Amino acid sequence: MSTVPIPRPRGGDLIKRHKLSTRLWHWISAAIMIVMLMSGLMIFNAHPRLYWGSYGANPDPAWLEIGAVKDDGYLRIGESEFNTTGFLGVSKGRWRPNVKRAFPEWATLPSNYDLSVARHWHLSFAWVFAIGTLFFGILSVFNGHVRRDLLPHKSEMTFIHICRQCKHHIMFKRPNGAAARDYNVLQKLFYLGVSGGLIPVLILSGLTMSPWINAIAPWLLDLFGGRQSARSIHFIAAFAIVLFIAIHLIMVLANGPFNEMRSMITGWFRLPKVRNK
Amino acid sequence: MTKAFTRRRLLATAGLATPALLLGYYGKTPDKKTQQALLRSGEWLSFRARNLIGRNALAREYEPEDISPEFRTNGATLPKTQQWNADAKTGFQTWKLQVDGKVNTPQSFSLAQLKALPARTQITRHDCVEGWSAIGQWTGVPLSSILKTVGLTDDARYIVFWCADEMGSWQYYESIDLIDAFHPQTILAFGMNGQNLPVEHGAPARLRVERQLGYKQAKFIMRIEAVSSFEQLGDGKGGFWEDLGNYEWYAGI
Repeated sequence: MSTVPIPRPRGGDLIKRHKLSTRLWHWISAAIMIVMLMSGLMIFNAHPRLYWGSYGANPDPAWLEIGAVKDDGYLRIGESEFNTTGFLGVSKGRWRPNVKRAFPEWATLPSNYDLSVARHWHLSFAWVFAIGTLFFGILSVFNGHVRRDLLPHKSEMTFIHICRQCKHHIMFKRPNGAAARDYNVLQKLFYLGVSGGLIPVLILSGLTMSPWINAIAPWLLDLFGGRQSARSIHFIAAFAIVLFIAIHLIMVLANGPFNEMRSMITGWFRLPKVRNK
Repeated sequence: MTKAFTRRRLLATAGLATPALLLGYYGKTPDKKTQQALLRSGEWLSFRARNLIGRNALAREYEPEDISPEFRTNGATLPKTQQWNADAKTGFQTWKLQVDGKVNTPQSFSLAQLKALPARTQITRHDCVEGWSAIGQWTGVPLSSILKTVGLTDDARYIVFWCADEMGSWQYYESIDLIDAFHPQTILAFGMNGQNLPVEHGAPARLRVERQLGYKQAKFIMRIEAVSSFEQLGDGKGGFWEDLGNYEWYAGI
Protein backbone atom coordinates (compact mmCIF):
# COMPACT_ATOMS: atom_id res chain seq x y z
CA MET A 1 0.00 0.00 0.00
CA SER A 2 1.33 3.30 -1.05
CA THR A 3 0.83 6.37 1.08
CA VAL A 4 2.13 8.77 -1.53
CA PRO A 5 -0.81 10.64 -3.04
CA ILE A 6 -1.30 9.84 -6.70
CA PRO A 7 -0.77 13.03 -8.70
CA ARG A 8 -3.78 14.15 -10.70
CA PRO A 9 -3.18 13.30 -14.37
CA ARG A 10 -2.75 16.18 -16.77
CA GLY A 11 -3.31 16.71 -20.47
CA GLY A 12 -0.90 14.61 -22.56
CA ASP A 13 -0.56 11.89 -19.92
CA LEU A 14 -1.20 8.22 -20.71
CA ILE A 15 -3.71 6.86 -18.23
CA LYS A 16 -5.29 3.46 -17.67
CA ARG A 17 -8.88 4.01 -18.70
CA HIS A 18 -10.61 0.62 -19.14
CA LYS A 19 -10.39 -2.47 -16.97
CA LEU A 20 -9.46 -5.83 -18.50
CA SER A 21 -12.98 -7.18 -17.85
CA THR A 22 -14.55 -4.17 -19.61
CA ARG A 23 -12.29 -4.54 -22.62
CA LEU A 24 -12.83 -8.29 -22.93
CA TRP A 25 -16.61 -8.05 -22.67
CA HIS A 26 -16.66 -5.09 -25.07
CA TRP A 27 -15.03 -7.07 -27.88
CA ILE A 28 -16.82 -10.34 -27.13
CA SER A 29 -20.20 -8.65 -27.15
CA ALA A 30 -19.28 -6.72 -30.29
CA ALA A 31 -18.67 -10.07 -32.04
CA ILE A 32 -21.81 -11.62 -30.56
CA MET A 33 -23.86 -8.57 -31.64
CA ILE A 34 -22.82 -9.01 -35.27
CA VAL A 35 -23.82 -12.69 -35.16
CA MET A 36 -27.11 -11.93 -33.39
CA LEU A 37 -28.10 -9.06 -35.70
CA MET A 38 -27.32 -10.90 -38.93
CA SER A 39 -28.88 -14.23 -37.92
CA GLY A 40 -31.84 -12.31 -36.48
CA LEU A 41 -32.47 -10.66 -39.84
CA MET A 42 -32.48 -14.10 -41.50
CA ILE A 43 -35.02 -15.33 -38.93
CA PHE A 44 -37.14 -12.22 -39.60
CA ASN A 45 -37.03 -13.03 -43.33
CA ALA A 46 -38.96 -16.25 -42.59
CA HIS A 47 -42.00 -14.14 -41.70
CA PRO A 48 -41.39 -10.45 -42.51
CA ARG A 49 -44.51 -9.14 -40.75
CA LEU A 50 -44.88 -7.74 -37.22
CA TYR A 51 -47.98 -7.64 -35.04
CA TRP A 52 -49.18 -6.40 -31.66
CA GLY A 53 -50.83 -8.70 -29.12
CA SER A 54 -50.72 -12.41 -28.38
CA TYR A 55 -51.36 -13.82 -31.84
CA GLY A 56 -50.54 -12.68 -35.36
CA ALA A 57 -50.30 -14.53 -38.65
CA ASN A 58 -50.98 -13.86 -42.33
CA PRO A 59 -54.78 -13.36 -41.96
CA ASP A 60 -54.22 -10.78 -39.18
CA PRO A 61 -53.30 -7.10 -39.69
CA ALA A 62 -49.55 -6.41 -39.43
CA TRP A 63 -48.24 -2.99 -38.37
CA LEU A 64 -45.00 -3.55 -40.29
CA GLU A 65 -44.47 -5.57 -43.40
CA ILE A 66 -41.66 -6.02 -45.90
CA GLY A 67 -42.59 -7.60 -49.19
CA ALA A 68 -42.44 -7.53 -52.96
CA VAL A 69 -44.90 -6.86 -55.74
CA LYS A 70 -43.43 -8.12 -59.02
CA ASP A 71 -39.92 -6.65 -59.02
CA ASP A 72 -40.57 -3.84 -56.56
CA GLY A 73 -39.70 -4.19 -52.90
CA TYR A 74 -41.68 -2.32 -50.30
CA LEU A 75 -41.65 -1.53 -46.60
CA ARG A 76 -45.03 -0.75 -45.08
CA ILE A 77 -45.32 0.76 -41.60
CA GLY A 78 -48.93 1.34 -40.61
CA GLU A 79 -50.51 3.11 -43.56
CA SER A 80 -47.26 4.44 -45.04
CA GLU A 81 -45.63 2.46 -47.80
CA PHE A 82 -42.11 3.05 -49.09
CA ASN A 83 -40.50 1.70 -52.23
CA THR A 84 -37.34 -0.02 -51.02
CA THR A 85 -36.33 -1.89 -54.17
CA GLY A 86 -32.62 -2.78 -54.03
CA PHE A 87 -32.54 -3.00 -50.24
CA LEU A 88 -35.74 -4.35 -48.65
CA GLY A 89 -38.15 -6.75 -50.35
CA VAL A 90 -36.16 -7.07 -53.56
CA SER A 91 -32.38 -6.88 -53.63
CA LYS A 92 -29.35 -7.94 -55.62
CA GLY A 93 -28.18 -11.44 -54.77
CA ARG A 94 -24.89 -13.17 -55.31
CA TRP A 95 -26.25 -15.39 -58.08
CA ARG A 96 -29.34 -13.53 -59.23
CA PRO A 97 -29.95 -9.84 -59.91
CA ASN A 98 -33.36 -9.72 -58.22
CA VAL A 99 -33.87 -11.76 -55.07
CA LYS A 100 -37.21 -11.51 -53.32
CA ARG A 101 -36.53 -11.47 -49.63
CA ALA A 102 -37.07 -8.96 -46.82
CA PHE A 103 -33.45 -8.23 -45.87
CA PRO A 104 -30.74 -8.63 -48.52
CA GLU A 105 -28.21 -11.47 -48.65
CA TRP A 106 -25.29 -9.31 -47.51
CA ALA A 107 -27.07 -8.48 -44.25
CA THR A 108 -28.05 -11.99 -43.13
CA LEU A 109 -26.36 -15.01 -41.58
CA PRO A 110 -26.27 -17.32 -43.45
CA SER A 111 -26.67 -15.25 -46.61
CA ASN A 112 -28.87 -17.84 -48.32
CA TYR A 113 -32.36 -18.52 -46.98
CA ASP A 114 -31.83 -21.04 -44.17
CA LEU A 115 -34.06 -20.61 -41.14
CA SER A 116 -32.73 -23.59 -39.19
CA VAL A 117 -29.05 -22.60 -39.51
CA ALA A 118 -29.89 -18.98 -38.60
CA ARG A 119 -31.73 -20.28 -35.53
CA HIS A 120 -28.72 -22.40 -34.55
CA TRP A 121 -26.47 -19.33 -34.67
CA HIS A 122 -28.98 -17.07 -32.94
CA LEU A 123 -30.03 -19.44 -30.16
CA SER A 124 -26.51 -20.71 -29.35
CA PHE A 125 -25.00 -17.23 -29.18
CA ALA A 126 -28.05 -16.07 -27.21
CA TRP A 127 -26.92 -18.33 -24.37
CA VAL A 128 -23.40 -16.88 -24.42
CA PHE A 129 -24.77 -13.35 -24.59
CA ALA A 130 -27.35 -13.78 -21.83
CA ILE A 131 -24.96 -15.51 -19.41
CA GLY A 132 -22.13 -13.11 -20.27
CA THR A 133 -24.36 -10.05 -19.82
CA LEU A 134 -25.57 -11.32 -16.46
CA PHE A 135 -22.01 -12.13 -15.36
CA PHE A 136 -20.54 -8.82 -16.55
CA GLY A 137 -23.49 -6.91 -15.12
CA ILE A 138 -23.01 -8.36 -11.65
CA LEU A 139 -19.24 -7.90 -11.88
CA SER A 140 -19.69 -4.25 -12.91
CA VAL A 141 -21.84 -3.54 -9.89
CA PHE A 142 -19.29 -5.11 -7.53
CA ASN A 143 -16.07 -3.82 -9.08
CA GLY A 144 -17.34 -0.24 -9.09
CA HIS A 145 -17.63 0.11 -12.89
CA VAL A 146 -21.28 1.13 -12.62
CA ARG A 147 -20.86 3.46 -9.63
CA ARG A 148 -17.60 5.12 -10.68
CA ASP A 149 -17.91 5.26 -14.46
CA LEU A 150 -21.59 5.10 -15.38
CA LEU A 151 -23.83 6.53 -12.65
CA PRO A 152 -24.00 10.33 -13.06
CA HIS A 153 -23.07 12.48 -10.06
CA LYS A 154 -25.78 14.53 -8.46
CA SER A 155 -24.03 17.67 -9.70
CA GLU A 156 -24.23 16.41 -13.27
CA MET A 157 -27.94 15.80 -13.20
CA THR A 158 -28.99 19.43 -13.44
CA PHE A 159 -30.86 20.84 -16.39
CA ILE A 160 -28.23 23.50 -17.04
CA HIS A 161 -25.35 21.03 -16.97
CA ILE A 162 -27.09 18.62 -19.35
CA CYS A 163 -27.98 21.48 -21.74
CA ARG A 164 -24.37 22.68 -21.72
CA GLN A 165 -23.14 19.18 -22.49
CA CYS A 166 -25.61 18.90 -25.37
CA LYS A 167 -24.28 22.19 -26.75
CA HIS A 168 -20.68 20.92 -26.49
CA HIS A 169 -21.64 17.76 -28.35
CA ILE A 170 -23.38 19.63 -31.14
CA MET A 171 -20.40 21.96 -31.55
CA PHE A 172 -17.95 19.03 -31.38
CA LYS A 173 -16.25 20.78 -28.47
CA ARG A 174 -14.17 18.14 -26.73
CA PRO A 175 -13.08 18.16 -23.12
CA ASN A 176 -9.36 18.30 -22.60
CA GLY A 177 -6.91 17.58 -19.86
CA ALA A 178 -8.06 15.54 -16.88
CA ALA A 179 -11.73 16.19 -17.67
CA ALA A 180 -11.48 13.78 -20.63
CA ARG A 181 -10.68 10.88 -18.30
CA ASP A 182 -14.27 10.39 -17.18
CA TYR A 183 -17.40 10.01 -19.23
CA ASN A 184 -19.50 13.16 -19.44
CA VAL A 185 -23.11 13.04 -18.32
CA LEU A 186 -24.48 12.36 -21.81
CA GLN A 187 -22.12 9.42 -22.30
CA LYS A 188 -23.03 8.08 -18.87
CA LEU A 189 -26.76 8.24 -19.58
CA PHE A 190 -26.25 6.80 -23.07
CA TYR A 191 -24.21 3.79 -21.90
CA LEU A 192 -26.38 3.28 -18.83
CA GLY A 193 -29.53 3.35 -20.96
CA VAL A 194 -28.13 0.84 -23.43
CA SER A 195 -26.61 -1.58 -20.92
CA GLY A 196 -29.26 -1.26 -18.23
CA GLY A 197 -32.32 -0.72 -20.42
CA LEU A 198 -32.03 -1.65 -24.07
CA ILE A 199 -29.99 -4.84 -23.69
CA PRO A 200 -32.19 -6.31 -20.91
CA VAL A 201 -35.27 -5.51 -23.07
CA LEU A 202 -33.61 -7.26 -26.00
CA ILE A 203 -32.81 -10.38 -23.96
CA LEU A 204 -36.17 -10.56 -22.16
CA SER A 205 -38.27 -9.96 -25.28
CA GLY A 206 -36.25 -12.69 -27.01
CA LEU A 207 -36.94 -15.10 -24.15
CA THR A 208 -40.65 -14.24 -24.33
CA MET A 209 -40.84 -15.80 -27.80
CA SER A 210 -39.95 -19.25 -26.40
CA PRO A 211 -42.93 -21.52 -25.59
CA TRP A 212 -40.88 -23.23 -22.87
CA ILE A 213 -39.92 -19.91 -21.23
CA ASN A 214 -43.59 -18.83 -21.48
CA ALA A 215 -44.52 -21.84 -19.35
CA ILE A 216 -41.94 -21.17 -16.63
CA ALA A 217 -42.21 -17.35 -16.68
CA PRO A 218 -45.70 -16.40 -17.89
CA TRP A 219 -45.20 -12.91 -16.40
CA LEU A 220 -42.96 -12.12 -19.36
CA LEU A 221 -45.99 -12.43 -21.67
CA ASP A 222 -47.78 -9.84 -19.53
CA LEU A 223 -44.72 -7.60 -19.35
CA PHE A 224 -44.47 -7.32 -23.14
CA GLY A 225 -48.19 -7.59 -23.90
CA GLY A 226 -48.16 -10.99 -25.61
CA ARG A 227 -45.81 -13.04 -27.76
CA GLN A 228 -46.30 -11.11 -31.00
CA SER A 229 -45.79 -7.79 -29.16
CA ALA A 230 -42.58 -9.24 -27.71
CA ARG A 231 -41.48 -10.14 -31.25
CA SER A 232 -42.19 -6.56 -32.40
CA ILE A 233 -40.35 -5.08 -29.40
CA HIS A 234 -37.41 -7.46 -29.99
CA PHE A 235 -37.17 -6.14 -33.56
CA ILE A 236 -37.47 -2.47 -32.51
CA ALA A 237 -34.83 -2.97 -29.77
CA ALA A 238 -32.49 -4.62 -32.29
CA PHE A 239 -33.01 -1.62 -34.59
CA ALA A 240 -32.17 0.68 -31.64
CA ILE A 241 -28.97 -1.32 -31.06
CA VAL A 242 -27.97 -0.72 -34.69
CA LEU A 243 -28.54 3.02 -34.14
CA PHE A 244 -26.50 2.88 -30.92
CA ILE A 245 -23.60 1.15 -32.70
CA ALA A 246 -23.71 3.76 -35.49
CA ILE A 247 -23.62 6.71 -33.04
CA HIS A 248 -20.94 4.96 -30.97
CA LEU A 249 -18.72 4.47 -34.04
CA ILE A 250 -19.23 8.08 -35.20
CA MET A 251 -18.16 9.32 -31.76
CA VAL A 252 -15.06 7.10 -31.84
CA LEU A 253 -14.12 8.53 -35.24
CA ALA A 254 -14.79 12.09 -34.08
CA ASN A 255 -12.68 11.73 -30.95
CA GLY A 256 -9.54 10.20 -32.42
CA PRO A 257 -9.97 6.58 -33.48
CA PHE A 258 -6.37 5.65 -32.66
CA ASN A 259 -6.51 6.78 -29.04
CA GLU A 260 -10.03 5.38 -28.54
CA MET A 261 -9.20 1.99 -30.08
CA ARG A 262 -5.97 1.76 -28.06
CA SER A 263 -7.85 2.44 -24.84
CA MET A 264 -10.38 -0.30 -25.56
CA ILE A 265 -7.68 -2.80 -26.59
CA THR A 266 -4.80 -2.07 -24.18
CA GLY A 267 -6.62 0.06 -21.64
CA TRP A 268 -4.26 3.04 -22.12
CA PHE A 269 -5.75 6.37 -23.09
CA ARG A 270 -3.84 9.59 -23.76
CA LEU A 271 -5.54 12.59 -22.26
CA PRO A 272 -5.87 15.39 -24.81
CA LYS A 273 -3.49 18.30 -24.27
CA VAL A 274 -4.88 21.44 -22.70
CA ARG A 275 -5.25 23.93 -25.50
CA ASN A 276 -4.06 27.44 -24.80
CA LYS A 277 -6.74 29.99 -25.29
CA MET B 1 -1.99 0.58 -6.72
CA THR B 2 -3.79 -2.75 -6.85
CA LYS B 3 -2.14 -6.04 -7.68
CA ALA B 4 -2.30 -7.09 -11.32
CA PHE B 5 -3.58 -10.60 -10.61
CA THR B 6 -6.19 -10.80 -7.92
CA ARG B 7 -8.35 -13.91 -7.69
CA ARG B 8 -11.40 -11.95 -8.78
CA ARG B 9 -9.67 -10.63 -11.85
CA LEU B 10 -8.47 -14.12 -12.77
CA LEU B 11 -11.99 -15.50 -12.45
CA ALA B 12 -13.41 -12.67 -14.51
CA THR B 13 -10.84 -13.24 -17.22
CA ALA B 14 -11.51 -16.98 -17.33
CA GLY B 15 -15.25 -16.47 -17.47
CA LEU B 16 -15.06 -13.91 -20.23
CA ALA B 17 -12.40 -15.68 -22.26
CA THR B 18 -14.39 -18.92 -22.61
CA PRO B 19 -16.85 -17.63 -25.22
CA ALA B 20 -13.99 -15.94 -27.07
CA LEU B 21 -12.14 -19.24 -27.29
CA LEU B 22 -15.35 -20.96 -28.42
CA LEU B 23 -15.75 -18.43 -31.24
CA GLY B 24 -12.13 -18.79 -32.22
CA TYR B 25 -12.40 -22.57 -32.17
CA TYR B 26 -15.43 -22.44 -34.45
CA GLY B 27 -13.49 -20.39 -36.98
CA LYS B 28 -10.42 -22.60 -36.77
CA THR B 29 -12.03 -26.00 -37.07
CA PRO B 30 -12.35 -27.24 -40.65
CA ASP B 31 -14.49 -30.18 -39.56
CA LYS B 32 -18.15 -29.71 -40.54
CA LYS B 33 -19.34 -32.07 -37.82
CA THR B 34 -17.61 -30.12 -35.05
CA GLN B 35 -18.98 -26.86 -36.45
CA GLN B 36 -22.47 -28.37 -36.44
CA ALA B 37 -22.06 -29.57 -32.86
CA LEU B 38 -20.91 -26.10 -31.76
CA LEU B 39 -23.84 -24.42 -33.48
CA ARG B 40 -26.17 -26.91 -31.86
CA SER B 41 -24.86 -26.17 -28.36
CA GLY B 42 -27.81 -23.81 -27.88
CA GLU B 43 -30.36 -26.59 -28.40
CA TRP B 44 -28.30 -28.92 -26.18
CA LEU B 45 -28.28 -26.33 -23.38
CA SER B 46 -31.95 -25.38 -23.77
CA PHE B 47 -33.10 -29.01 -23.60
CA ARG B 48 -31.05 -29.66 -20.47
CA ALA B 49 -32.30 -26.43 -18.92
CA ARG B 50 -35.88 -27.57 -19.63
CA ASN B 51 -35.12 -30.81 -17.77
CA LEU B 52 -33.93 -28.77 -14.77
CA ILE B 53 -36.41 -25.90 -14.70
CA GLY B 54 -40.12 -26.27 -15.18
CA ARG B 55 -40.46 -29.86 -16.40
CA ASN B 56 -44.14 -29.71 -15.49
CA ALA B 57 -44.82 -25.99 -15.91
CA LEU B 58 -48.05 -25.31 -17.80
CA ALA B 59 -48.33 -23.37 -21.04
CA ARG B 60 -50.54 -20.30 -20.82
CA GLU B 61 -54.23 -20.93 -21.48
CA TYR B 62 -56.26 -18.11 -23.03
CA GLU B 63 -59.87 -16.93 -22.91
CA PRO B 64 -62.41 -17.61 -25.69
CA GLU B 65 -62.21 -13.96 -26.81
CA ASP B 66 -58.46 -14.36 -27.45
CA ILE B 67 -58.98 -16.98 -30.18
CA SER B 68 -57.62 -16.00 -33.62
CA PRO B 69 -60.48 -15.07 -35.99
CA GLU B 70 -58.79 -17.19 -38.64
CA PHE B 71 -56.31 -19.95 -37.74
CA ARG B 72 -53.67 -20.08 -40.44
CA THR B 73 -53.02 -23.54 -41.89
CA ASN B 74 -49.52 -24.74 -42.57
CA GLY B 75 -47.73 -27.78 -43.96
CA ALA B 76 -49.88 -30.52 -45.47
CA THR B 77 -53.59 -29.70 -45.63
CA LEU B 78 -54.80 -32.84 -47.47
CA PRO B 79 -52.96 -36.17 -47.23
CA LYS B 80 -52.74 -38.30 -50.37
CA THR B 81 -52.17 -41.67 -48.71
CA GLN B 82 -54.72 -44.41 -49.46
CA GLN B 83 -55.66 -45.47 -45.94
CA TRP B 84 -56.34 -41.95 -44.75
CA ASN B 85 -58.47 -41.16 -47.83
CA ALA B 86 -60.47 -44.36 -47.37
CA ASP B 87 -61.03 -43.43 -43.71
CA ALA B 88 -61.97 -39.85 -44.62
CA LYS B 89 -64.72 -41.15 -46.97
CA THR B 90 -66.42 -42.81 -43.98
CA GLY B 91 -66.15 -39.72 -41.85
CA PHE B 92 -63.25 -41.48 -40.07
CA GLN B 93 -65.52 -44.22 -38.77
CA THR B 94 -63.06 -46.81 -40.12
CA TRP B 95 -60.04 -44.88 -38.81
CA LYS B 96 -58.03 -46.72 -36.19
CA LEU B 97 -55.24 -45.30 -34.08
CA GLN B 98 -52.65 -48.00 -33.62
CA VAL B 99 -50.57 -47.79 -30.43
CA ASP B 100 -47.59 -50.16 -30.28
CA GLY B 101 -43.81 -50.44 -29.90
CA LYS B 102 -42.35 -50.57 -26.39
CA VAL B 103 -45.74 -51.12 -24.76
CA ASN B 104 -47.16 -53.98 -22.68
CA THR B 105 -50.44 -54.37 -24.58
CA PRO B 106 -50.49 -52.99 -28.13
CA GLN B 107 -53.95 -51.70 -28.89
CA SER B 108 -55.90 -49.75 -31.46
CA PHE B 109 -58.52 -47.13 -30.77
CA SER B 110 -61.40 -45.99 -32.94
CA LEU B 111 -62.34 -42.32 -33.00
CA ALA B 112 -65.50 -43.15 -31.00
CA GLN B 113 -63.40 -44.93 -28.37
CA LEU B 114 -61.06 -41.92 -28.07
CA LYS B 115 -64.01 -39.55 -27.76
CA ALA B 116 -65.47 -41.72 -24.98
CA LEU B 117 -62.35 -41.18 -22.81
CA PRO B 118 -62.20 -38.23 -20.40
CA ALA B 119 -61.26 -35.24 -22.55
CA ARG B 120 -59.41 -32.01 -21.92
CA THR B 121 -60.21 -28.69 -23.57
CA GLN B 122 -57.59 -25.93 -23.68
CA ILE B 123 -57.21 -22.60 -25.45
CA THR B 124 -53.55 -22.29 -26.33
CA ARG B 125 -51.18 -20.47 -28.64
CA HIS B 126 -49.60 -22.18 -31.62
CA ASP B 127 -46.17 -20.71 -32.47
CA CYS B 128 -44.68 -21.45 -35.86
CA VAL B 129 -40.90 -21.67 -36.16
CA GLU B 130 -41.22 -18.92 -38.81
CA GLY B 131 -42.42 -16.45 -36.21
CA TRP B 132 -46.23 -16.19 -36.46
CA SER B 133 -48.73 -17.28 -33.78
CA ALA B 134 -52.38 -18.29 -33.75
CA ILE B 135 -54.65 -19.06 -30.81
CA GLY B 136 -57.16 -21.89 -30.94
CA GLN B 137 -59.24 -24.09 -28.69
CA TRP B 138 -58.34 -27.77 -28.68
CA THR B 139 -60.30 -30.71 -27.29
CA GLY B 140 -58.78 -34.15 -26.98
CA VAL B 141 -57.60 -37.07 -24.91
CA PRO B 142 -54.56 -36.55 -22.73
CA LEU B 143 -51.77 -38.62 -24.27
CA SER B 144 -50.95 -39.84 -20.76
CA SER B 145 -54.27 -41.71 -20.47
CA ILE B 146 -53.63 -43.60 -23.73
CA LEU B 147 -50.07 -44.42 -22.64
CA LYS B 148 -51.30 -45.60 -19.23
CA THR B 149 -53.91 -47.82 -20.91
CA VAL B 150 -51.33 -49.64 -23.05
CA GLY B 151 -48.57 -49.44 -20.41
CA LEU B 152 -45.02 -48.47 -21.41
CA THR B 153 -42.18 -50.96 -20.98
CA ASP B 154 -39.20 -49.92 -18.87
CA ASP B 155 -37.00 -49.14 -21.86
CA ALA B 156 -39.48 -46.78 -23.56
CA ARG B 157 -37.94 -43.29 -23.83
CA TYR B 158 -39.72 -41.47 -26.66
CA ILE B 159 -43.19 -41.42 -28.18
CA VAL B 160 -43.28 -41.32 -31.99
CA PHE B 161 -46.27 -40.09 -34.02
CA TRP B 162 -46.64 -41.52 -37.52
CA CYS B 163 -48.77 -39.39 -39.81
CA ALA B 164 -50.77 -39.84 -43.01
CA ASP B 165 -49.22 -36.87 -44.80
CA GLU B 166 -46.04 -37.12 -46.81
CA MET B 167 -43.84 -34.91 -48.95
CA GLY B 168 -42.32 -36.78 -51.88
CA SER B 169 -41.53 -40.15 -50.38
CA TRP B 170 -41.00 -38.78 -46.86
CA GLN B 171 -43.66 -39.63 -44.33
CA TYR B 172 -44.35 -36.98 -41.71
CA TYR B 173 -43.50 -38.09 -38.20
CA GLU B 174 -42.54 -36.47 -34.94
CA SER B 175 -41.25 -37.59 -31.56
CA ILE B 176 -41.29 -36.23 -28.02
CA ASP B 177 -39.74 -37.39 -24.77
CA LEU B 178 -41.67 -38.80 -21.82
CA ILE B 179 -41.67 -35.51 -19.88
CA ASP B 180 -43.70 -33.91 -22.66
CA ALA B 181 -45.67 -37.10 -23.37
CA PHE B 182 -47.03 -37.23 -19.81
CA HIS B 183 -47.46 -33.45 -19.49
CA PRO B 184 -51.11 -32.66 -18.61
CA GLN B 185 -51.54 -30.33 -21.60
CA THR B 186 -50.21 -32.85 -24.13
CA ILE B 187 -53.33 -34.15 -25.87
CA LEU B 188 -54.44 -35.97 -29.00
CA ALA B 189 -56.88 -33.34 -30.23
CA PHE B 190 -59.94 -34.40 -32.22
CA GLY B 191 -61.77 -31.10 -31.72
CA MET B 192 -60.90 -27.52 -32.60
CA ASN B 193 -62.83 -24.36 -31.68
CA GLY B 194 -65.82 -26.44 -30.58
CA GLN B 195 -66.07 -28.57 -33.73
CA ASN B 196 -64.52 -31.71 -35.15
CA LEU B 197 -60.89 -31.12 -36.09
CA PRO B 198 -60.99 -29.77 -39.67
CA VAL B 199 -59.11 -31.70 -42.36
CA GLU B 200 -56.64 -28.86 -43.01
CA HIS B 201 -55.70 -28.89 -39.32
CA GLY B 202 -55.03 -32.64 -39.20
CA ALA B 203 -58.28 -34.62 -39.00
CA PRO B 204 -59.20 -36.85 -37.35
CA ALA B 205 -56.58 -36.36 -34.62
CA ARG B 206 -53.43 -34.32 -34.16
CA LEU B 207 -50.89 -33.84 -31.40
CA ARG B 208 -50.88 -30.74 -29.19
CA VAL B 209 -47.63 -30.47 -27.27
CA GLU B 210 -48.06 -26.94 -26.01
CA ARG B 211 -44.55 -26.02 -24.90
CA GLN B 212 -42.98 -26.61 -28.30
CA LEU B 213 -43.14 -25.02 -31.76
CA GLY B 214 -45.63 -25.75 -34.54
CA TYR B 215 -43.75 -28.44 -36.46
CA LYS B 216 -43.90 -30.72 -33.40
CA GLN B 217 -47.74 -30.63 -33.51
CA ALA B 218 -48.06 -33.67 -35.81
CA LYS B 219 -51.30 -33.81 -37.84
CA PHE B 220 -53.23 -36.74 -39.40
CA ILE B 221 -51.92 -39.24 -36.83
CA MET B 222 -52.30 -42.92 -37.80
CA ARG B 223 -50.00 -44.65 -35.35
CA ILE B 224 -48.29 -43.99 -32.05
CA GLU B 225 -45.11 -45.93 -31.34
CA ALA B 226 -43.11 -46.04 -28.12
CA VAL B 227 -39.36 -46.43 -28.76
CA SER B 228 -36.16 -46.46 -26.75
CA SER B 229 -34.30 -44.44 -29.39
CA PHE B 230 -35.28 -42.68 -32.61
CA GLU B 231 -31.92 -43.17 -34.31
CA GLN B 232 -33.24 -46.02 -36.48
CA LEU B 233 -36.25 -44.03 -37.70
CA GLY B 234 -36.23 -41.86 -40.83
CA ASP B 235 -32.92 -40.05 -41.02
CA GLY B 236 -32.39 -40.57 -37.31
CA LYS B 237 -33.09 -37.04 -36.04
CA GLY B 238 -36.49 -37.72 -34.54
CA GLY B 239 -38.85 -35.94 -36.93
CA PHE B 240 -39.72 -34.84 -40.44
CA TRP B 241 -38.33 -31.30 -40.29
CA GLU B 242 -35.46 -32.45 -38.07
CA ASP B 243 -34.42 -34.87 -40.86
CA LEU B 244 -35.16 -32.69 -43.88
CA GLY B 245 -34.54 -29.16 -42.68
CA ASN B 246 -32.01 -29.63 -39.89
CA TYR B 247 -34.45 -28.10 -37.39
CA GLU B 248 -34.07 -28.69 -33.64
CA TRP B 249 -35.58 -31.86 -32.19
CA TYR B 250 -36.20 -29.97 -28.95
CA ALA B 251 -38.34 -27.08 -30.20
CA GLY B 252 -39.08 -25.32 -26.92
CA ILE B 253 -37.22 -22.14 -27.96
